[in-house]
Amino acid sequence: MELPHRGSGRPISLWVMIGEDIYEGGLVMNIVIAMKQIPDLQQIRIRNRQPILDDVPLTLGNIDKNALEAGVNLRDELGGKVTVLSAGNEDIEDTVKEALAAGADEAFLVIDDSLNGAESSVIANVLAASIKQIEEPALILFGEGSGDNYSGQVGSRVAEILNLPQVSFASSIEIRGNQAVVTRSLEDGEEIVQVDLPAIVAVLADINEPRIPSVTQILKAGKKPKEVLELDELEVEAGKAMVITANNLAPETERKRVVVKSVDELIQALTTEGYVGR
Amino acid sequence: MAGVLIFSENQGLALEVLTAANSIKATAVSACVINNDEQAQALASAGVQVYSVNNNDLLMADVGAIAGAIKQVADKAGADTVLLASNRRGKELAGRLAQAMNAGCLTDVAALNIEGDKILCQRNALGGATVATQYIDAGKKVIAIRPRTFEAAAGTGAGSVEEVAVEVKKAGVTVLEFKSRVGDTVDIEAAEVLVAVGQGLNSQDDLPAVEELAKKLGGEVACSKPVATDKKWLSEERIIGLSGKKCKPQLAMLLGISGQVQFTVGIRDAKTIVAVNSDENASINQMADYIITADLHDVVAEMNKKLG
Repeated sequence: MELPHRGSGRPISLWVMIGEDIYEGGLVMNIVIAMKQIPDLQQIRIRNRQPILDDVPLTLGNIDKNALEAGVNLRDELGGKVTVLSAGNEDIEDTVKEALAAGADEAFLVIDDSLNGAESSVIANVLAASIKQIEEPALILFGEGSGDNYSGQVGSRVAEILNLPQVSFASSIEIRGNQAVVTRSLEDGEEIVQVDLPAIVAVLADINEPRIPSVTQILKAGKKPKEVLELDELEVEAGKAMVITANNLAPETERKRVVVKSVDELIQALTTEGYVGR
Repeated sequence: MAGVLIFSENQGLALEVLTAANSIKATAVSACVINNDEQAQALASAGVQVYSVNNNDLLMADVGAIAGAIKQVADKAGADTVLLASNRRGKELAGRLAQAMNAGCLTDVAALNIEGDKILCQRNALGGATVATQYIDAGKKVIAIRPRTFEAAAGTGAGSVEEVAVEVKKAGVTVLEFKSRVGDTVDIEAAEVLVAVGQGLNSQDDLPAVEELAKKLGGEVACSKPVATDKKWLSEERIIGLSGKKCKPQLAMLLGISGQVQFTVGIRDAKTIVAVNSDENASINQMADYIITADLHDVVAEMNKKLG
């Protein structure tokens, strides 16, 4: 396997040890959770079919929170460290506190205005370069899709850049030595796969119920370590966006919105429409 | 537009993707089939040139190896655009293949239109609150099409099957077991009528009455996500919404559903929507054709009685 390198071009010595029993040997199980800063979707309003994003608070992707919960549970069971990785504008320094309160140990943030809501291929380049800077991650977790675009590309792109095995739509993850046993939940069944670590796993929203941090945890979150890089410090060619958005509008809803006063009236309406008494 | 290559491991979806490819004025459409002679024949019968890869080292579960194989076939076929199905396997593959090809990528695409040299793609954005029209501005493109967006291509001509060899780059993935889904095999996407319950449903004991109503209307029972994933009253097969099924029934009766966009995105294409909610200000009423403000349990009981 081609081994990823740090930005300096120096190989990470411990990556070479993967394949031996490094986790059972008492070394740390480092888990990276890639999380996206998105507008709080519950608070987006539509005016003249246009989404109004001004003053909408920022949060982290809802399925990304399932990925975090899965990572935190694995760490609690096996030891090690959970690092939240995110790329976006300077607001992520504040937004990431949500993840630090919910159990992550530290954050690795790449900040540039151009990264906020940036296209999947650009974000994938930035995240892959960042992962090479993080100390020997064994598992890199994503949500199955971001909360806003739900495109599900970034994890797969990062896996290709880093030449790592991947499993998406994961409904369970178990670590066995230097491998993970992951259930990939497909439309027609569950495929249980064993992957060598390090690996990329994208989790389903159904995998767990993310914890809600306590007040004490929220207060402590601000004190957890954060490594904050500007994009130009990362020595990566992020590339240009390959997807252009021509327009983005709420769908037109042409509904009758007839208020019926009784079940009889409703049955009458359904009969007229041809759904009843066919 | 230069050549288009199609791929899906699922034969029915591959035929749908073929229809999509035929709709975008490509100079040549070809298909990649991996370890599936039956599918290769079916696609050839639908009139397309098939590149068939048979290699026991290629596991569908090893997405990196599959992406590498499809990239090699695309090069051989002279295709700069690959169309996939946006089922789970196709969606997982899309990003990896796009990265391998240095392509731009769109997934979950629900409509394709050609405008000049652009392929305009529609997909949900902002958690389903909006529908974005997007196009790929790059030489290479990977587009994954949502299932049931296109009809399956019918057997219209004589294609051919050419065996091709690829180099396989395995990535440390082995399949331990495949458990087929058993039990609930309902297909709510195919139902003409859906009776969907949300968190307004008091208890699991109220479900038989809902099932009776669905039966009387000739439909199936569906639900919002929390009813299946949190309460576990119904199977996940029955979830409507952004991360569940996107349904286009003739009639949707929505019982005790408030109308969060993560749900409505899965039902807004229904022809007729009836909202039953005890809250007259429920946001679901904004997208309903018929609105009744009442307790869903009473409405279900009365309808069951009167529909005989």
